[in-house]
Amino acid sequence: MAQMTETQEGVYTYPVTVTVNGAAHAADVETRLLLVHFLRETLGLTGTHVGCDTSGCGACTVLLDGVPVKSCAMLAVQADGHEITTVEGLASAEGLHPIQEGFHEEHGLQCGFCTPGMMLTASALLAENSDPSEQEIRWALSGNICRCTGYQNIVKAVQYAAAKMAGEGR
Amino acid sequence: MATETEIRGIGHSVKRLEDGRFIRGGGNYVEDIKLPRMLYMELLRSPFAHARIRSIDASRAQELPGVVAVVTGEALAAHNLAWMPTLSGDTQAVLATDKVRFQGQEVAAVVAESPYVAKDALELIDVDYEPLPAVTSPQQALEPDAPVIRDEKEGQSDNRIYHWEAGDREATDKAFEEADRVIALDTFYPRCHPAPLECCGCVADVNPATGKATIYMTSQAPHAHRTLFAIVSGLPEHKIRIVSPDIGGGFGNKVPIYPGYVVATAASLLIGRPVKWIEDRTGNLISTGFARDYHMRGELALKGDRMIGLRTKLLSDNGAFFADAQPSKFKAGLFHIVTGSYDIPTAFVEADGAYTNKAPGGVAYRCSFRVTEASYLIERLVQTAAYEIGVDPVEFRRTNFIKKEQFPYTSATGWVYDSGDYEAALDLVLEKLGYEDLKREQAEAREQGKLIGIGIASFTEVVGAGHGKEFDIAGLRMFDSAELRIHPTGKAVLKLGVKSQGQGHETTFAQIIAEELGIQPEDIEVQEGDTDHTPYGLGTYASRSTPVAGAAAAMVSRKILAKARTIAAHLLETSEDDLEWSRGRFSVKGAPDRGKTIQEVAFAAYTDLPEGMEAGLEGVHYYDPPNMTFPFGTYAVVVEVDRGTGEWKVRRLVAVDDCGVRINPMIVEGQIMGGLTEGFGIAAMELITFDEEGNCIGANFTDYLLPTSWETPAFELGETVTPSPHHPLGAKGVGESATVGSPAAFVNAVVDALAHVGVRNFEMPVTSDKVWKALSEVGLAE
Repeated sequence: MAQMTETQEGVYTYPVTVTVNGAAHAADVETRLLLVHFLRETLGLTGTHVGCDTSGCGACTVLLDGVPVKSCAMLAVQADGHEITTVEGLASAEGLHPIQEGFHEEHGLQCGFCTPGMMLTASALLAENSDPSEQEIRWALSGNICRCTGYQNIVKAVQYAAAKMAGEGR
Repeated sequence: MATETEIRGIGHSVKRLEDGRFIRGGGNYVEDIKLPRMLYMELLRSPFAHARIRSIDASRAQELPGVVAVVTGEALAAHNLAWMPTLSGDTQAVLATDKVRFQGQEVAAVVAESPYVAKDALELIDVDYEPLPAVTSPQQALEPDAPVIRDEKEGQSDNRIYHWEAGDREATDKAFEEADRVIALDTFYPRCHPAPLECCGCVADVNPATGKATIYMTSQAPHAHRTLFAIVSGLPEHKIRIVSPDIGGGFGNKVPIYPGYVVATAASLLIGRPVKWIEDRTGNLISTGFARDYHMRGELALKGDRMIGLRTKLLSDNGAFFADAQPSKFKAGLFHIVTGSYDIPTAFVEADGAYTNKAPGGVAYRCSFRVTEASYLIERLVQTAAYEIGVDPVEFRRTNFIKKEQFPYTSATGWVYDSGDYEAALDLVLEKLGYEDLKREQAEAREQGKLIGIGIASFTEVVGAGHGKEFDIAGLRMFDSAELRIHPTGKAVLKLGVKSQGQGHETTFAQIIAEELGIQPEDIEVQEGDTDHTPYGLGTYASRSTPVAGAAAAMVSRKILAKARTIAAHLLETSEDDLEWSRGRFSVKGAPDRGKTIQEVAFAAYTDLPEGMEAGLEGVHYYDPPNMTFPFGTYAVVVEVDRGTGEWKVRRLVAVDDCGVRINPMIVEGQIMGGLTEGFGIAAMELITFDEEGNCIGANFTDYLLPTSWETPAFELGETVTPSPHHPLGAKGVGESATVGSPAAFVNAVVDALAHVGVRNFEMPVTSDKVWKALSEVGLAE
């Protein structure tokens, strides 16, 4: 069992090992460090954004063992031993993930700030439901706010990805 | 579909060239910037709306390990930086010295080695406040015994900021005397907030070795901000570089200069290390540029079914500092567009502004300077009048529209509308809607006890500020610029004075060059936001990028094309008059096989020039538009109202926009859908309000509601095209049409569902409790 260490008065660290986008990362982190800051500051993965600090907007969404979580409302120590996927892990050696293609093809993004969280939430939906209806897509994405697009093209982007993945047999 | 050789210029829905980095998580926003030895700054904000500061004791905070400095207003005052000018000629406290004047006002700043330590230290600053009575409405502010909020201002003995008038008072009074009917509407456009998903922030890097201040900041107007920084700080302007990197939405929120930017820059200057300040969401909602908060009365004079006069009286709540971002000559912004789409012979606008103990601002949330408020008032008033005189709101609009043949049209308040065809847009909406069938369905439904409402808004906007004679911000004329360099291999770099916050400039502006010079969009890199490397411009807001910078991009291309023609004539050993230009290629008249492509000409510009010609193929153009542009459209919203709960649901939303020539139709439609969603949010849920003590309610996304994918309706879009006669490309701008036009359509729809029982108004946001209360009052609640 790992030990918490007091490095200065009132400041405690804890060793964690988190697999991020397939690579294991070990670090001693302050116990109060938010997961989003672990990703952005400790690992330098700045594709995950902070939009509201209170889990209200979904910009910081990442996948924890495949499930969307809001990384601004989780501690890094809670991710110890788990697998995280961020936007940087969506594409593979074969190229872009179909959801990334969908956002580009259907003009599903404008400023791009909500896009990583949106795409991760959508990819988790598609992993569970390969042919979602428009209402199912809208419901699944309702924890992620977009201020630019009005969502209609985001829905189309998810439908594009679903069709592409069906064609590819993914 | 584009063929292989077709130039993808104007009218092509080119997929966005900027998408690649955003979908890979490779955007570069201010918060992503990390410099060596960088420090982190957090702001301490006032818990009170109005209080005298007796003392500030920062000693405990200073002792916390990791804290580098605590900055107070007193420290800034030593450098003459405790106050700064606002964009509308007032002053604003950077850090409070004497009093705090709104809840959330900046009181002190902590600079530390980590953001967590900086936040910890805020808790250790002891401020001794003496609370004062808070003024929370402009009506209260203008009462004779109201506490004076800006008592530090010389000559300010009350809370009035301005009184402003436009139009013709006498002629309008006369019209009202001659009227056989006067219809009035009192309404309030509540305080809301642009709330871009990315908050404001900066990384200020004043390099002690070079003396250069590089400030990476969330700025919609980097060049104007550089000049203002120079004026405020006293640093020479060539030693200031503002870099506005990728911006996570702006909507007007990132036009003003906020105290955080100034304190971070001052801290970096004094400490000699880079300082990052990133606002949190609560800070964003309670202290940065809110929008609206406008009390309005509109009166329409009628003779039969003709509008013969319009009178409006406005009272604006500007918060503690007059920090509206707007042209200096127009205290109520461009509100005098209030005659809208109608041929009203005379109008008079009277506007007052007041200080209150609320956050400063009054930014144009996705609109041009009070145009949204004006459009909302006239479109609501027109519908009210139609009910009162017993005419279908659609026919009432049609009767009073400015007719196609009347353009260019001079409005009663002095605007010259460039072009329009209002009936065409209305007719297209009615056709898509199946208006007559829908009216029948509505009547039948009423008999069965079901409530359906149809709301229309036929808006006219004024955008593209603006011609330099009348438009300036803090004295800077509102032109914009484009600099184009064609490289030897025919690839190009286009540098602009505007700055995208998601509008897709990297694609749209490349298409303008493609249209003009025949270089494909992907061969053109568009650069913006870095004041050391782009020409001066006033920035992106007020739907001005395409009307102003878009025109500049076209004009600079035409300058370059003239030189290219001379080079081509030299290469083809013919005279310029013997050349024909079709996009991308010069050819000899009568010998189309003999030609030179723009790429070949570009190469020659560096390798094989006519005798005596200067090398290179580049230019710059500063465009001062001859007039504003006037986009328009008609929106229709159909709602169903639940008599049991007062909830209303949008069944259909048909939006026909005419923004002149569309450069990238896909991007234009994206802008419209985004604007419709923000308009829906404003009509349905977005509200910042205050209790009697001046506590802000709406300080996070649990209290300040934004539409999600679940509530947001589906959109049916349509277009008509009436080019602007004075814009080189015929384009008018579109970013804000939908936010301007749609709120009235939503509210009109809910009102219409209950109009038959005498309901005439709902105040925004139209929440289900307001509707349910109205249903109860008329005995329709279930």
